[in-house]
Formats: sequence, C-alpha cells, structure tokens
Amino acid sequence: MRSKLLGVGFLLTSMLSAGLSPALAGPTLDAVKARGFLKCASSQGTVGFGAPDEKGYWRGLDVETCRAVAVAIFNDKDKVEFVPLSGQQRVPALQTGEIDILPRTFTWTLRRDANGLNFTTPNYYEFTGFMMPKALGVTKVEDMSGASVCVQTGSTTEVVANDVSKEHNLGLKPVVFENSSAVSQAFFSGRCDALITDAAALASIRATSAKNPDDYIIFPATRFMDALTPAVRHGDDQWLDIVNWSIQALIAGEQLGVTQANVSEMQKSEDPRVKRFLGVEPGNGAALGLDEKFAANIIAQLGNYGKMFDRNVGKDSPLKLERGANRLYSDGGLMFPLAFQ
Amino acid sequence: MLFALWDNRRIRNNVIQVLLFAGFAGLLFWLWSNTAANLAARGIRVGFDYLNRQANFPISESVLPYDPSDTFGWAYVIGVTNTAVISLTAIIISTFIGLVIALVRLSNNPLASKMAALFVGVIRNMPLIVQLLFWYALATTVLPAPRLAFNPLPGFYLSLRGLYVPAISLGPQAGPFAAACLAVLIAAVIMRRLAPISAWSLSKWVLLGGLAVAAVVLLRPSVSFPELKGFNFIGGLRLSPEFAALMLGLVLYTSVFISEVIRGGIEAVSRGQWEAGRALGLSERHVMFRIIIPQALRIIVPPMTSQYLSTVKNTTLALAVGYPELGLVVGTVINQTGQAIESISILLAVFLTISIAVSMFMNWYNAHVALVTR
Amino acid sequence: MTSLSISHAHVATDILPARQAPPIKRMPLLKMLFGDILSAALTTGALMTILALMPAVQWGLVDATWTTADPAACRDGGACWAFVGAKLRFILFGLYPPEAQWRPMIMMGLMVGMVLVSLSPALWGRKLVIAWQVAVAMMLTLMWGGVAGLSFVPTSQWGGLPVTLLLALLSLGCGFPFAVFLALGRRSSLPIPSVLSVGLIETVRGLPLVGLLFVASILLPLLLPPTWTIDKLGRTFAALTVFAAAYLAEVIRGGLQAIPAGQIEAAKALGIPHWKAIQHIVMPQAIQKVIPPLTNTAIVMVKNTSLVMIVGVFDMLSAGRSAAMDPTWPAPYREAYLFVGLIYFALCVAISYYARWLELRVKAKDYR
Repeated sequence: MRSKLLGVGFLLTSMLSAGLSPALAGPTLDAVKARGFLKCASSQGTVGFGAPDEKGYWRGLDVETCRAVAVAIFNDKDKVEFVPLSGQQRVPALQTGEIDILPRTFTWTLRRDANGLNFTTPNYYEFTGFMMPKALGVTKVEDMSGASVCVQTGSTTEVVANDVSKEHNLGLKPVVFENSSAVSQAFFSGRCDALITDAAALASIRATSAKNPDDYIIFPATRFMDALTPAVRHGDDQWLDIVNWSIQALIAGEQLGVTQANVSEMQKSEDPRVKRFLGVEPGNGAALGLDEKFAANIIAQLGNYGKMFDRNVGKDSPLKLERGANRLYSDGGLMFPLAFQ
Repeated sequence: MLFALWDNRRIRNNVIQVLLFAGFAGLLFWLWSNTAANLAARGIRVGFDYLNRQANFPISESVLPYDPSDTFGWAYVIGVTNTAVISLTAIIISTFIGLVIALVRLSNNPLASKMAALFVGVIRNMPLIVQLLFWYALATTVLPAPRLAFNPLPGFYLSLRGLYVPAISLGPQAGPFAAACLAVLIAAVIMRRLAPISAWSLSKWVLLGGLAVAAVVLLRPSVSFPELKGFNFIGGLRLSPEFAALMLGLVLYTSVFISEVIRGGIEAVSRGQWEAGRALGLSERHVMFRIIIPQALRIIVPPMTSQYLSTVKNTTLALAVGYPELGLVVGTVINQTGQAIESISILLAVFLTISIAVSMFMNWYNAHVALVTR
Repeated sequence: MTSLSISHAHVATDILPARQAPPIKRMPLLKMLFGDILSAALTTGALMTILALMPAVQWGLVDATWTTADPAACRDGGACWAFVGAKLRFILFGLYPPEAQWRPMIMMGLMVGMVLVSLSPALWGRKLVIAWQVAVAMMLTLMWGGVAGLSFVPTSQWGGLPVTLLLALLSLGCGFPFAVFLALGRRSSLPIPSVLSVGLIETVRGLPLVGLLFVASILLPLLLPPTWTIDKLGRTFAALTVFAAAYLAEVIRGGLQAIPAGQIEAAKALGIPHWKAIQHIVMPQAIQKVIPPLTNTAIVMVKNTSLVMIVGVFDMLSAGRSAAMDPTWPAPYREAYLFVGLIYFALCVAISYYARWLELRVKAKDYR
C-alpha cells in the first residue's frame, strides 16, 4: 500500500515539475529569454487573425504580430508557443503570466487598460459589423428591426449590440453563446438573422464557414471604430517598449519602403532614417535591450505591415479585406509610424 | 523522553491534529498571500462595487424582466432564477418520466421492458454535454426558418426561433390576486387542521367556486396570438430552441438515472410484500402504488436526493447550448468586467448554498419518512 | 428442543412424499404482449415508438452516404458518415502534428494494453502498480517529446481521444491516493481530520464540475506564486483530480464502513500499530469491497472529461465540433456528435461490462 502511495506521489511530482516552468522571474524579457520562447494568446481559430493551418502551424495577423516580437528577441519567428484562449480566460491568463502578450483581436478600452493591463500599439482598426444573409434584403442597421442576433460573449460586441439596438430602437433579440464555433453554427443554421462581431472577424467567418460566401452581406453596426491592440501586463515598462517597437518596426518598415525582398540591399542606403531603422547606425537596439538589427530581422523574416496585411487578411488572402483605415497615415489611414531614433 | 510522549496515544493524536490544522491554515494563508501579492503586482482591483454598475450586455431569455440597462447584480439574479427554473422544471418532469420508465422496465411486457432497458443503456452511457449539443444541432438543422414555420394548430408555430404558443395575459390585478390566493390557501390549510372533515369537504367547494369567479372578474384574462412580423414572431409565449434542447437533454438524462434509482428501490422491497398484497386480493396496481412504492420510497429518497442535486449542477452545461443560466452569465460578466474572483466566488457560493439547502431538506424529509413508517 | 415428544392432534405425523416441483408456467408471448389492457397499451406504445424512430433510421442508415471523398455527394436527406471518415484523423487527434501522429497512437496502444493486462484480479499487486507508473511516464514522454529525438509538442497542440483518455485515467489514478486519505480522515474519531475531510469532500461534491473547471482555468494562476505557471491542460487535470478524489473518497468510505470493527480490534489485540492495521488489514479489504462502485466512478469520470471543452481544452468533443465547422461539408454536426457519443458509449459500456464480470468473480470467490 505504501509503495503504491509513494509511487503515485512520485508520479504526481514528476508531472507537476514537467508542467511547471520558470516564468516571471523578474522582468518579462529575462523570463522569456530564460524560457527560450515567447508565449502568446491566440483565438480559438479566427482564420486571418490567428488559426492553425492543416499542419498545426499558426497563421494570421495577430499571430504574426507576436512572431515579430519573437524575432526581435530571438531572431527566430518560430520561437513562440500559441495558447488558444477563450474570452473569459484571456485577461486572467495575461495577468497571471501564463502568456506574455495578448494579441487576440482585443479592443483597447479604458476599463481594461486601467485594470491590470497595458495596451501597446494598435495592429488593426475596425468597425463592429453585422453579417446577414443577402436573401433577407437588409443592407443597413435601420432595417434590422426585430431581428434576432447571434452574439458571442467575451467581447465588446455585446455592448455594441445593445447600444445599436437602443440607438435605433430596433428591439434586437440577442442569442448569446460563449464559444465562437457555437455562435457561427447557430448563425449559419438560421437560428439568428444576423451575426455581430468585429467586421474583420465576420469576413473571416464568412470566408471559412459559409457554404457560399457571396450569399452574405456585412455592414457596419456603428460609426465608431475600435482599435484592436495587443496588450501586455501592467508593471513591466521594458516589456511594453519591446512589444510597442516590434509592432512599430512593421509599420515604419512599410513607410520607409523596406520590404522582405530589399532589406539586405537597403542596408547600404544613405537615408539616415533607414540607417537608424535597420541598425546600421546603432543605438536603438541597445536602448531596448535588444539586438541592434531587431527591426531589420523582423522585416527580413515577416515583411512589413503592408505585406503582412495583404498576406493574412487583405488581397492575397481568402478574406479579401480592404486596407481602409489600416493604411498608413500618408495614404489616408490611421497607421502612424513613429521615429526610430 | 520524547519517545515516551510519542507513545502516548492522546498526546500523539493531539500533535497530529495540531500539525494538520496548522498545515491547512498555512495552505490557506499561503494561497491568500499569493493572491494578494499577485493582485497588487498586476494592479487588479477586487471588490463588489461593480455589482451596482450598469451591465450593458444582453441576456437572451429570462423569467424575470431584464434589460441591459440593469445592474450586474441583477444580471446575476437573472442567472440564478434561470438556473432555478430549468432545475425545477427538469426535476419535476424527469421524476414522472423516470417513474414511468422504471415501471415499464419492471413490467411483464418483454417488448416494452427491453426497449426501456435499451433506452436507459444508451442515454446513461453518453456524456450529457454530447447529448445537449446533439439535440441543439438537431433542433437547428431540422426545424424550418420562421417564414416556413410549422403551423400545426392556429396560433402555434414551430420554427428555428422556437415554439410560439398563444399566451394568456392577465390584467393589472394579477399581483393582488396571487396574494389573495396564497392567503386563501393558508386559510384552507389552517381550516383543515382545525375543522372537522365534513365541514372541510363542503367549504372546499365553496372556496374553489369563489376563487374561480374572482379569477374571471378580477383578472379579465386576454389571449395574445403570435404572428410573424418582420424577422420574427411577435406576441404569444415563446419556448426557445436553446431552452428546448437543454430541457430535452437534461430531462432524458436525469429521468434515466431516476428510473434506475426507482427501479432499485422497488426491487429492494421483498417479494413477500407483492405476494401478501396479491393474497389479500389487491390488484397489481394497488399492490404497486399502495404497498410497494411507499416502502420503496424510504430506500429511494437518499439516492434521489443526490440525483436531484446533480441535476441542479448539470444545468451549468447549458452554457454549451447558449441558454443563459448562471454559468453563462458569470462567464459574460468576467468578460465584461474582468472581475474573475468575485464572479466565480458568486457562482460557487450559489451552488454550495443550493447543495447544502437541498441536503438539509432531504435529511429532514428522510427523518420524516423513517419516523412515519416505523 | 430435546425430542419430538410433544404431540398434538392437529399436527400431521406422517411425512408427506416428495412431489415434483410445479412446472414453470411460461406465459405465451401473445399473452405477455396483449394479455391485459396495460400490456396491450405498453406494446402499442413500444410499437409506436419504433414507428416514430423510423425517420431517424431512414436518416442514419438508409439514406446515409457512407463513403465519398466529395462533400457535395452527401445527399440532403441522409446522414453524411463520409464526413466522419474524412475527418477521422482530426476528431481523434486534434491539432497534434500529423507527422508525429504515431506517438499518440502508440500511447493509446500502450494504454489499452496496460488496461487489458490489469483486467485480471490475479495480476493485481505491487508490480502492476510499478508497471503502471512506468507506462504512464512513457505515455507522457511520448506525448510531450523533447527527448530522445522526439520533437517537443506543447500541450496546447494535444487533442482528441488521447487527451480524453489521459485525463480520465490520470485524474482517477492521481485522485485515488488523496481519496484514501480523505476517506480515512472522514472516518477518523479525531475532530480536526474529520472536519477537514468532510468539509473538502462535501464542498467539492456540492459544486458543479464546470465551477471547478472555471476555478482551475481562471482563478488558479492568481492563487499560486507568479513563478509557478501550470498550463491549461495541467490545471484542468488538477480540477478533474480534485473532483475524482472527492467522489472516490465517498466510495472508499462505503468500503471502510463495511469492514467490521472486529478486524481492527483483533489487530489491536495482536499488538499491530493502528496505522499498520489500516494499511495492511482494513484498506485492502475495503478497496476490494468497493471495486464495483469504483468502476461506476470511472464511468462518471470518463463522461466528465467531455466538460473540459467548456474551458477550451481541445478534447475529442471539441475536435468533433471544430471538424463539423468545415463549410465544404453540409453542417454535419449531428454526425459528429453521434460519432463522439458512440466512442464514449463504447468506453462506458466496456467499463460497465467489466464491472459486472468482476462483481460475479468477487461473489464467486474471495481472491486475495
């Protein structure tokens, strides 16, 4: 009997020690370096933003944002583990150190910011939208009176659904689910007339889950835009800076015309901005505690923001989203590169 | 010296107890201090002040009135009442169905009893959540769109949006009337205790007649029929597919377990009781309902208690099919506010309270039954 | 009574000759089915039920599409079992890297082998426990990898049937020792162990498993020091273990109660220390007595692993649901859930048949 108990005890400790890994020993950067890889939250499968392909390799805009940070630290875009998290789990997981970055279609709001999180740089701006079957003949919010709407919890969309319904006096009938596959199953089976969530996520759902994507129409629910922003834990400013400037590297790279194809060539550029950006003229990396070439490495492995957008959600993807507000400020969008100096 | 002390059984026991207690207290303190340190380090605020804030999120159906402009606290109340309603409904229906299944299984009819056994075997060996998801998938794939709704009877519509039936709505006097009914009921109970039986049987009819007249005069009930307006049916009473799938799954699952409990109880009553009953010339039905079941009840009550309790706990699976019981509301509140500790504590506290209350009631009932029979 | 000296006139003195037992009356089938109103009603009801189920049979068997590589070939009226065939790998193994898929397969083979070996009570003993520990260590190594040339596969990529089986097996295995202590504590005459055990057991049993899973997946990281990060699967496993321990403890307590007090008194009289007596005399007997109800708890735990879907662990049920999301197939949710349900059914029925067989053996002879 005792040997049984001892044996099971041994088993338990060995399992626990295998499951335990040192994290958060001091600043996040040291912990990540000690661990050897980065831990990022991901959605439970939103194609275009974060979803594993058939081989289990994670792809998507949010996923690649995370990979950019991994390149900045390790110069290896694959030194990341993606942890699929539901809506309720994602914030506690970040707060408690289970993950290092939360880049999961996460809207920047005051209360989230104030309660234990720090937001970095928005990597996607968008509207909350409705998707409806074209057969219902609705093209704008005002016509939706009395419609039932599938809503997924764990997002700001629940609040938006309510605001819209109040604003236009629509009397929308919500059907609430806590899981993204449940919500799209319900919508496509006809349980609801409309599905509400971020417009880009709607495009993703339409592209991947609709039998015939052309049968569905997506239109904005409000005139207010959300900034989807990767978040980090409160209280580690160095880590906040690293994530901020990794994302900035993607945006500034596009502005400076640095691409995956020309990044090695650009090393010879005479433009002082480009020289500082690529670390030819040193200083930026040391200031962040990173390799001097971190921005160059990010572009070399992932390309700049424009390419990343096209590849995952834009014209080269099944989602075919317009750049819209996500263009550079110089093209009339909201993406604003800061100075790498 | 020390060994001598250790050999003393009482001292040893006390030392063990003190160590155990200290260990437990230490564990609690350790968890508490970890939590406090974690919360401080991450800048997370804890407190129940959010309960008074406006919830702003929708709840798809509720027994009590709810609007997104209500508070988070009220949202929890909605969750608790929804949980209570599905639990009670499922328990009541399952008990009847369970009894029927048990009786069919015990019947002499080989076809019916084999089929009941097969049914029990299939249902009890599959996880409830799989069954719920299956029923919900069935409801949403088989039922037609609202415009093509089945219309078996005038005013009855069955579609993807649920079952709509005509509703009887009551006048503004409904509240006072309900109160009056309650008062009459209490009076009747007291009367029954005090008055002789003959007087009671007469007054009963007088009472009922009075109530019926009062109901029609005071309430002026009106009927509202559902009709298709725009996207959905308006008016009438609605049974949503989420509720229907949940209820179907929960009732089938629970009734199978209840039938096993009842069957076990009935089989535990000795055969001599059957034979004695038959020897007295009672019919099979009378033997069953007057002799066997009352005795089986004593055996049935304890396992039945735990069945009822697990039904209440099983309602939390409703969040898989999108029925807004307490678990789903708690999940939503965590999303909206990030107040995970408070929300989950509320969830746990509610279920612990229900569990303790039910087991206390059942203990009382158990004692009651035992006392009456012997 | 000394002799048969008492004689009464009304007592027969002759012993009657033995008679043949009356033949068992076999009721004719027709009479059983339609003998009286109740039987007739039951038979009619049963036949009506069978009739009512005919559309389901039509859908599931007659109109079903069994094999096709082309999703469009699945007809509207019938079940699309071809979908299950096409998605079998995904439903069974989830996101586990396909090139390393042989690892969970061997893992499950090992598990099935160990279970088959453990079926016979003759082999139960210390050696089997050690064999199980080695086997579990091998299973986890196979799944995780990272050593001996196996690629590392994080638990976030585990999925499907291996996760379901591992969770059920390990939560029962690791819950068991805790359950033994809880059961002993509850039976203890000392107030503190008994109050603590009762409190723990009743609290866990009073809570829905979903609540415990919420605590494990959302709250647990807040309760532990920041240097301890246990991943989601590990935390889910912890919740299932605690749950299993509380329920197992109640079963074991039943066994302990059935051991007559004389056993421990006899041990005391022989001068055997209390704990030794518990360990070598009471526990073995108690556990033997409760093996049939323990298999019941095993069934409950197998079914309960499906709840981990709610906290986003990618078990067989989640995998089935994700597979059904693929828009190229005509929304085969019913087929997916039926298939997953069938696997659970097979597991649970196998355990309950084993339990029945074991019970007969226990009744037949007292193996030690």
